Amino acid sequence: MDWIANLVIPLIKSLIVVIGLLVGFAYMTWAERKLCARFQLRYGPNRAGPFGLLQPVADAFKAIFKEETIFGQVHSKAIYVMAPGISLAAALLAFAVVPVGPTINSFQVFGFRVPDIPLSIAADVNIGVLYLFAIAGLGTYGIVLGGWTSNNKYSLLGALRTTAQMISYELPMGLAIVSVLLLSESLSLTKIVEKQAILPFIVLQPVAALIYLICGLAEANRSPFDLPETENELVAGFATEYGGIKFAIFFMAEYINMIVVCAVIATLFLGGWQWPAFLADLHPIVAVGLFFAKTAFMLFLFVWIRSSLPRVRYDKLMQFCWKFLFPLALVNLAVTAVVIALLPG
Amino acid sequence: MVVIEAIGGLWQLIRAMGVTLKHFFQKPITVQYPEEKVRIYPRFRGRHELQRDEDGLELCVGCGLCAAICPSGAIYVEAAENTEGERYSKGERYACIYEINMTRCIFCGYCEEACPTGALKLQHEFALADYDRGSLVYDKTRLLQPASPHVIILEG
Repeated sequence: MDWIANLVIPLIKSLIVVIGLLVGFAYMTWAERKLCARFQLRYGPNRAGPFGLLQPVADAFKAIFKEETIFGQVHSKAIYVMAPGISLAAALLAFAVVPVGPTINSFQVFGFRVPDIPLSIAADVNIGVLYLFAIAGLGTYGIVLGGWTSNNKYSLLGALRTTAQMISYELPMGLAIVSVLLLSESLSLTKIVEKQAILPFIVLQPVAALIYLICGLAEANRSPFDLPETENELVAGFATEYGGIKFAIFFMAEYINMIVVCAVIATLFLGGWQWPAFLADLHPIVAVGLFFAKTAFMLFLFVWIRSSLPRVRYDKLMQFCWKFLFPLALVNLAVTAVVIALLPG
Repeated sequence: MVVIEAIGGLWQLIRAMGVTLKHFFQKPITVQYPEEKVRIYPRFRGRHELQRDEDGLELCVGCGLCAAICPSGAIYVEAAENTEGERYSKGERYACIYEINMTRCIFCGYCEEACPTGALKLQHEFALADYDRGSLVYDKTRLLQPASPHVIILEG
């Protein structure tokens, strides 16, 4: 068995990805606060370190030392403590199939042959997209378990509403992705990126891209679909009885989910690391930089949407999904299929 | 028509996002307080100050009208006679004890309007926070000190 290529290198890549995502989460909170502030004509944190860059450190410090009380959980204290961990695990796992860059060709270092390093953890697996869906479904477990074990009826209701929202929006999301799959003829994310060398799929499938954007916002519980999230801040929500570090972990799971959704949009619709091809062919670092730039742009878009649009009421949110997005996604799929069948080649 | 309404709605959303984008490129309107000065108007009611006249004598004669009119009862005045040896104010009496409880003051300015000699004025100093409740009862020595506001006073 080729230990290096099959074990050591993926291990190192996973470590880099996990650490990168956790640091990325911390600075995403900083970026969100600064960006939301600028959209609202104010400064955002600028006291903790230059430009407020040490603000996440201050927040982490506060979360660690906050007093936590655990009392009267339903049935299982173990599940109460594990629920944030389940959410976080699902959010981190989803990044395994996102292709960050091209394959770095084999090279020699100190007389030792390093094999080809694909710049993603498992993107070339033939069921990449299916894996993403499965993990998105897993993510809802952490929320509903957290809400239930809190032994608080409001938490339970909040958890159920959040879960219903996330599950409902997975349907139009799936249909939008299927429209993309008709173009790319493969579920593997690496192949999807390679097909976008000439034209990113957002040009060929604008409606699917818009549907996927809206569903991604709803999956990540981001404004304007963040009624469950503000219910946290206001009255109750699935994380009411969670304090300090456990709440920070739920929060972390949500932001990492958001980063993953943005990375997936960048991969499926904006051309991943491959487009524009003349830049991506220069050097793998440029390709990785392209990927990060696209993800960063999507994150900026998410924060921009959050600070501009009012929140959607829960029943209207569900109506919008089932009565508008789902039929629209079906129509888009049908039209795409017809066009592909009629076009030569 | 659902599609037409949806496109109309989408256009409104894009306009809303345009407004925030415009804000993104403008300078924030926050005043970074200790480094930058706040701009206030001349009649701004801040910390009280007991004035003196040109000869250096206090204007306050200890009449107690300010204490009488204060809506929250934050002022306490006790008067005493001026003697030839110890003269504090121009007339017969002066205020030997003059205290304002800043935790109760609502900065309405009635005491300033009630004062017959023009001794009590509300100046522009507003950074009055302190760590100890006892030290928030200002006595006469503190009130006689001129206020040192960190502000820019706009045209009235």
